[in-house]
Amino acid sequence: MAKFGRKGKDDMPAISTASLPDIVFMLLFFFMVSTTMRETSLMVSSRLPSATEVAKLEKKSLVSYIYVGPPIKSFQGLYGTEPRIQLNDSFKSLDDIRDFISSERDAMSESDRPLLTTSLKVDEDTRMGVVTDIKQELRKASALKINYAAKKVEKK
Amino acid sequence: MARKVPEINASSMADIAFLLLIFFLMTTTMNVDTGLPRMLPPMPDPSVKQDDVEVKQRNVFTVLINKSDRLLVRGEPMDVSLLKEKTKEFVMNPNNDANMSEQEEKDVPMIGKFNVSKGVVSLQNDRGTSYTMYMKVQNELVAAYNELREDLSRSNFGKPYDKLSEDEKEAIGKAIPSRISEAEPKNIGGKK
Repeated sequence: MAKFGRKGKDDMPAISTASLPDIVFMLLFFFMVSTTMRETSLMVSSRLPSATEVAKLEKKSLVSYIYVGPPIKSFQGLYGTEPRIQLNDSFKSLDDIRDFISSERDAMSESDRPLLTTSLKVDEDTRMGVVTDIKQELRKASALKINYAAKKVEKK
Repeated sequence: MARKVPEINASSMADIAFLLLIFFLMTTTMNVDTGLPRMLPPMPDPSVKQDDVEVKQRNVFTVLINKSDRLLVRGEPMDVSLLKEKTKEFVMNPNNDANMSEQEEKDVPMIGKFNVSKGVVSLQNDRGTSYTMYMKVQNELVAAYNELREDLSRSNFGKPYDKLSEDEKEAIGKAIPSRISEAEPKNIGGKK
């Protein structure tokens, strides 16, 4: 007993924790830098429909997005409330889809080009007319792999 | 020498940094995109004359959606909730009904003799159909095929479909090919 008691009285130098914050800050910065925020700012509202049979969209670099839906509040004065197409960062018309697809293709490496997937993020309230037109344009651009973006819900 | 300044306890600094770290870890969501993957048919080549592929009436499962989101399946109105079962029945044709899809016995690798259906699901929608309804119908059709594949996987390989190897998945894909075709769009319900 005495043995232990004596040991405690010895002034053991405390391990310096001063560098711990540095380590944690390093981690913090790593996460802050590596988590990319959404690249495009959404100008249309897209509440996605829900589906049970969804699959994950893998390889983000192979995916290009087409957003369709009514413009968000701040753009409604300018563009109205009818569903519109957004490519990258601006509203576009149907004819621009082909250019968009070919520019997306050009940005990819040759071996990846056939794997190009187009993800359609379409608002729930959109009518199929717009979607059908987009699909026709995609067929003309021969971007045949598409993906209807949807939220996953569990089976009832 | 100046008076010794008492050292500031820096141990709580780590706590503050951890707090920030955890905050960033929680708030930055790696959002995973999910969706229904589909293939569009290639554009018909105008220089090549199109031969209409003859598909027997009994092999076509037509699904029409009108502009007020109502379904017409093989000429009869139907509710979306029944669509999956009807599609499964059409594809597998368990009772050899003369109205349902034809079966052709084929040798499928790893499965053996299997009655492969010749049925095609043909989906057509109007320009006025809502996207929600369209997705619901697409989802039901894909679900029907997925469930059939799941059943076959369990009865044949004894494990769920997503646990199968690539070869086994391919075999099942041959036994139950997913044939959902979308007709060329028409505009019946007026432009919208």
